[in-house]
Amino acid sequence: MSGNNERSIWVMQGNEACSVGAVAAGINFFAGYPITPSSEVAEFMARHLPLIGGRFIQMEDEIASMAAIIGASLAGARSMTATSGPGFSLMQENLGLACLAEIPCVIVNVQRAGPSTGLPTQPAQGDVMQTRWGTHGDHAIIALAPATVLECIELTACCVSLSEQFRTPVVLLLDEVIGHMRESVAIPAPGSYKVRSRPLPSDDEEDYRPFCGGQSDVPPMAHFGGPHRFHVTGLTHDERGFPTMVPEEVDKKIRGIVDKIELKADDLAMNDETMTDDCEVLLFAYGSSARVAKASVGILRERGVKAGLLRVKTIWPFSGKRLKELAPQLRSIIVPEMNLGQLVTEVERAVAGVVPVRHLGRVDGHLFEPDQITDFVLEEMAS
Amino acid sequence: MTKDSGRFEIRLSGSGGQGLMLAGKLLAEAASICDGKNTVQTQSYGPEARGGKSKTDVVISTEDIDYPKATRVDVLLAMTQVSADEYRKSLKKDGLFIVDSYLVDNPGHDSAIGIPFTLLAIEKCGRALFANVIALGAIVELSSVVKWESLEATVLARVPSGTEDVNKKALEVGREAARSATGKVS
Repeated sequence: MSGNNERSIWVMQGNEACSVGAVAAGINFFAGYPITPSSEVAEFMARHLPLIGGRFIQMEDEIASMAAIIGASLAGARSMTATSGPGFSLMQENLGLACLAEIPCVIVNVQRAGPSTGLPTQPAQGDVMQTRWGTHGDHAIIALAPATVLECIELTACCVSLSEQFRTPVVLLLDEVIGHMRESVAIPAPGSYKVRSRPLPSDDEEDYRPFCGGQSDVPPMAHFGGPHRFHVTGLTHDERGFPTMVPEEVDKKIRGIVDKIELKADDLAMNDETMTDDCEVLLFAYGSSARVAKASVGILRERGVKAGLLRVKTIWPFSGKRLKELAPQLRSIIVPEMNLGQLVTEVERAVAGVVPVRHLGRVDGHLFEPDQITDFVLEEMAS
Repeated sequence: MTKDSGRFEIRLSGSGGQGLMLAGKLLAEAASICDGKNTVQTQSYGPEARGGKSKTDVVISTEDIDYPKATRVDVLLAMTQVSADEYRKSLKKDGLFIVDSYLVDNPGHDSAIGIPFTLLAIEKCGRALFANVIALGAIVELSSVVKWESLEATVLARVPSGTEDVNKKALEVGREAARSATGKVS
């Protein structure tokens, strides 16, 4: 990372930008285990957190890393970890704990080609559904996917804010291209990001109830070890945190942790649109694939094809609102993803047969090229 | 990429450990921080720390850069025979092809410019690891992709303290070698 402070122009890597955003948003605890292509996040945090009174711990593995950020968050810290596919798999069990016990934390997953060890240095977008459903049981998750280095700063700060606001784990879903890419960026001034804090109970509040009692509310979260004594468990629990098997209480708890996020899906949706006003063929993409799709839209327009791009920054919860609005004007929707068909299933669900949806998958460890997407669109238009 | 008329693509290729990622970073920083242009630098390498194929693309533009990688390369540097063979075809018709003639026997291209970067690094700067900075000097002299002062300022700001003089010398060695390789009088 290098730059000109007077003009605030920096050349920065996506992973570094993610760390800059995290620190700007008040992350003061990082626990992790290095893994390509995410290691630069940990390197940056290891250098910077001690300088600002924060804590960095390299744990023995990703299971422990996830456990550590949950514990730190319970005690009042703003905590984060970073990993890639193999590590993200190990984090799933404790990710579920954070969902059920309503503990804010941020997990950065820089996607590489899998499954298993896969291709450590090559990009993929194969963890989209794992992010949604990787941990067992009914739950909700928030996941954001940046496509530029500037967005790595902005959306990481946003992840911190949302995790605090909703008392839930939030995933920043990068891919190797965005994580390792260096890009010129004008760094926003300090304090540019509004970051929410978790709701706190007053110290003298009687009858403190730390957990979601349904109605999609987010109850105040006392710092563990403070004046309020409460119980935290991965067993399904009541509003006070004690295990319960009472059907009504169990039902309320599970619907509560899902509804507090899913019912806000349209509010949480962040999109970026290119030439969608009059488009007949819509490219739907996210992350690095969306950059290629945007280049393709330019090429297609020059060839007289009315193409547009809907790029989603919010992957989960999925909002189909904008797709439904655009559907009547469209002849087809093309979804390029570096996987064999993941977020496309949500697109299909949203438009429910009103418009044909076609998937363009790539799983050879390489990013699309603009010509590949352009040719695919032209073939679809011809057929 | 007709949309990005101001787009210029540089591909630095070779083997892990030759310092190509750093060279790409320095070019991107010189273009953005000093020359005020938009840049994106991406990379591709294997899991090994030394050896194996290594490549970095630097895209420089006066406009927004959507596609972050190179497709029609304006300047290609090949520091190994394998990389020359693999990436030669990505070069634009009138593109500039520069090879390390100490390590590349057959550039396979009529207008390739051969400069023995690694040999020059050993002989003039004392260590092979200066080959990347020498190559940067040559690339900027031949392509003017960034201003010479921008390159020099960026390199000197980046290198470990105490090595400024030898790095400055490496840039000059690259510039001189490029001038003599193309018959320009210095």
